[in-house]
Amino acid sequence: MPGTPGLRSSSRSRGATRVDGPFSKECAIDASSSPPLAARSQPPSTVSVELAGITKRFPGVVANHDIHLSVRKGTVHALVGENGAGKSTLMKILYGMQKPDEGTIAVDGEQVAFASPADAIARGIGMVHQHFMLADYLTVLENVVLGSEKLHGIGAAARARIKEISDRYGLGVRPDALVEDLGVADRQRVEILKVLYRGARILILDEPTAVLVPQEVDALFDNLRELKAEGLSVIFISHKLGEVLSVADEITVIRRGTTVGTAVPAEITSRQLAEMMVGSELPTPETAESTVTDKPVLQVEGLTVYAAGGASLGETGTVGEAPAAGSLAGDAAGGDAKRVLDDVTFTIHAGEVMGIAGVEGNGQTELVDALIGLRHADSGTIRFLGEEITSWPTRRRRERGVGHIPEDRHRHGLLLEAPLWENRILGHVTEKPNSKGFWLDPKGAQDDTRRIVEEYDVRTPGIDVTAASLSGGNQQKLIVGREMSHKPRFLIAAHPTRGVDVGAQAAIWDQIREARREGLAVLLISADLDELIGLSDTLRVIYDGRLVADADPAAVTPEELGSAMTGAASGHLEHVEHGHGSEERTERAERGPAAPAAHTEAAPEDEAR
Amino acid sequence: MKKFDKERVLLAVAGPVIALVAAVVLTSFVLIASGKNPIEPYTLMFEQAGFADVQVLIINQAGVYYLAALAVAVGFRMNLFNIGVDGQYRLAAMMTAVVGAHVSLPAALQIPFLMLVAVLTGAFWAGIAGVLKVTRGVSEVVATIMLNAIATSLIGYLTLTEVWGQPLGNNQTTGVMKESGWFPGLDMGDAGEIYGFTVIAVLAGVLYWLVLNRTRFGFDLRATGASETAAAASGVDAKRMVLTAMLISGGVAGLAGLPILLGDAHTYSLSFPTGLGFTGITIALLGRNNPVGIAFAALLVAFLDKASPALDYATPVAYDKEIAVIMQGLIVIAVVVSYEAVRVWGLRRQQRRVGAELAAAAANDNSQKEVAAR
Repeated sequence: MPGTPGLRSSSRSRGATRVDGPFSKECAIDASSSPPLAARSQPPSTVSVELAGITKRFPGVVANHDIHLSVRKGTVHALVGENGAGKSTLMKILYGMQKPDEGTIAVDGEQVAFASPADAIARGIGMVHQHFMLADYLTVLENVVLGSEKLHGIGAAARARIKEISDRYGLGVRPDALVEDLGVADRQRVEILKVLYRGARILILDEPTAVLVPQEVDALFDNLRELKAEGLSVIFISHKLGEVLSVADEITVIRRGTTVGTAVPAEITSRQLAEMMVGSELPTPETAESTVTDKPVLQVEGLTVYAAGGASLGETGTVGEAPAAGSLAGDAAGGDAKRVLDDVTFTIHAGEVMGIAGVEGNGQTELVDALIGLRHADSGTIRFLGEEITSWPTRRRRERGVGHIPEDRHRHGLLLEAPLWENRILGHVTEKPNSKGFWLDPKGAQDDTRRIVEEYDVRTPGIDVTAASLSGGNQQKLIVGREMSHKPRFLIAAHPTRGVDVGAQAAIWDQIREARREGLAVLLISADLDELIGLSDTLRVIYDGRLVADADPAAVTPEELGSAMTGAASGHLEHVEHGHGSEERTERAERGPAAPAAHTEAAPEDEAR
Repeated sequence: MKKFDKERVLLAVAGPVIALVAAVVLTSFVLIASGKNPIEPYTLMFEQAGFADVQVLIINQAGVYYLAALAVAVGFRMNLFNIGVDGQYRLAAMMTAVVGAHVSLPAALQIPFLMLVAVLTGAFWAGIAGVLKVTRGVSEVVATIMLNAIATSLIGYLTLTEVWGQPLGNNQTTGVMKESGWFPGLDMGDAGEIYGFTVIAVLAGVLYWLVLNRTRFGFDLRATGASETAAAASGVDAKRMVLTAMLISGGVAGLAGLPILLGDAHTYSLSFPTGLGFTGITIALLGRNNPVGIAFAALLVAFLDKASPALDYATPVAYDKEIAVIMQGLIVIAVVVSYEAVRVWGLRRQQRRVGAELAAAAANDNSQKEVAAR
């Protein structure tokens, strides 16, 4: 083990990375060159959770298929995969929220069947949800005992127990603090304590680092190490590869609903892991010849959107107050009004597909919302076919020829309990064949729905069934058909093939390609890097609300894109061929913007935009 | 396609039928528990419904309920809970009565004019809640409940003798309306008179269906109710939709008091019926916001209302007419439970059937291919 500084120190330095740069993380190197704590836990330890052959079907969709997962005692086991790969369904099964259709669950070698989370808790399984489930106006003590008053009462005994757990695992929780006053990291620790208080021996952490800043991530990892030192098992769900490599003892990758393999961090690089996650044997979505013209369709300039203040869930973000707060928060990381989109500038031409790569949550949703008119731009302009549409409402933009394949088709693209033909009207109610003036034209819409079902191969017994009864792929084909039927000039395609079977995927790619040939401008957002590279004419990388890098899809590899997605590389990404070196290069590039020897050309920022 | 239609009808009918059966059974339990005959009250009430004068009462009452329920239903269709129908129709009836007592136009103008006054007053009162929701995010439930209370006080003030009120014996009225504003009824001889305004109620039902199902506006409204996020993404302006729906709901609510006011009372007094708005909520729920369903529900509740008083005078054993009230309450609970259960069941069932049909089609395809391959 060459120069293993022990995981704790290595991850400390990593936590510091993003703040003070040059001491860049050793983490990636550590992870690839030396087993962190895996060595310590390698002596035969028994299996605490074993999932075998788990299959879960929802009507029309298989969410999990033949999943195998085995977590040893006293280890951190990471479960990685893209969003929608089936991680959360699997964890819901383990936590008793869903019943598997097939397969077995064994806890400590004993076969179990959970009817509810209560059963799982009784078996020592605890879950820390991504969204905390705490009552703001109660104290930590009250939150912890809530629902398990029988364990240690609600008074001194409970307080003593909380103290004990807190000290034992170094959680540093104050029982009498009001949850309202706690920061995100503290709340997370309260959640962990809550689970431990109920006697959990197996902890499920769902994307625990999504809400934390690097130093807090560090502290969390310290806590996790304390936990496993005490013999507890932790299942750690994430899609951040760097973190996973630094904290996990074992990593299981899940893709398209099934487990594709388990690895030990010592024996795998982040590149290999990314390959396992994204999968490289998918049908490639190559576009044949370029159809890009020099006619700009969509011009976005300096588009900036502030996060809606405080706890509000977006949409209500008022244009008036946000900029004032934002100007103060410009550089302060913890400021209230974060810029979810920061000075975004790009142009998409007719016949051009512009792909946006990025880890989810870096501003893609906000970009789509701003373009379709669900969110108002706080500054900057959007021009469509030469007209300024920045202040246009959604309907006007749609009527003018902006098509939208939404990221979450259930929330934004369909009326699930309405028949297919009414779904065909959705979004185009003012246009033919759906309406004639003021009046709806149900017959026209129904006829056209039949045409869409036929042309886009939507598998359905008829157009009167509800959208909910179709499978995800067929729902998506209906949406694609609907949007394409109105001859859009600009199409926003957010994860157009997510949760879609391979056949439908190819069909959707074909549609996009064909429309592109006819002069459509497309903004493509996808988590599938192969899809991005294969379909796009130009590629941009979004990181923390900014377009930080661009690349030529013909020359770039998924790995290179991946490093830019973590904020490590910026500017124009150029492929450099030097055999084995490329792997090392990627590793280095991941280390942070200040990494001295990053091969990616640090082009001036304005070029990146 | 036919079988899915049949399925939809089956599902639509299953909910109310299950709810009604459950409510009857539960009411019978109440009767047994209080040591009474669990069947006889029903037969007594059905007997009542056989009398022509009771039938007229039921129809008149149903017309009033129908309008109140339509007002609630408009809100329900987009997930707006307008509890304020009660305050809206009372205020509207009072304003109409006052205007009707002072303005005298020819009947052909007077009646539409009075209806306009009622609609505008109701819409105004509901609009306050709508504006509050749109601009300040105030829940329409809270706002409309408060507005009900405020309406009561406001009516109390406006009907003072010093303002617009006129004392009549023990009662406080707004003065008798000009006769040109009396809505002619349908004379049924000895049985009494059916309010002419009942026809307007039926027309309102037709209009409701037409607007919701056959216009762009109606589609937007239904889409918003089905999925606010999807509607927003499709280009519906949610705020404007909330305000518009509130105004329409209030406007229809304003009409709810008119059958009685223009057909019978001809003045707004202390004895003007109250609480129609709340019954309207029950009826809209039971009728699933569907114009035909609401009509049946209105008739049913009107029947319970008008046939039950006789229970008090039944011989040899008298029953409490409050049985009908208990039953109404039980219907509401049963409706909520059974509709949700039927909805979920129906959705699952359809998903399974679609899955099965597609699988069968795929299997067919495959076997044909195999044959072709040979």
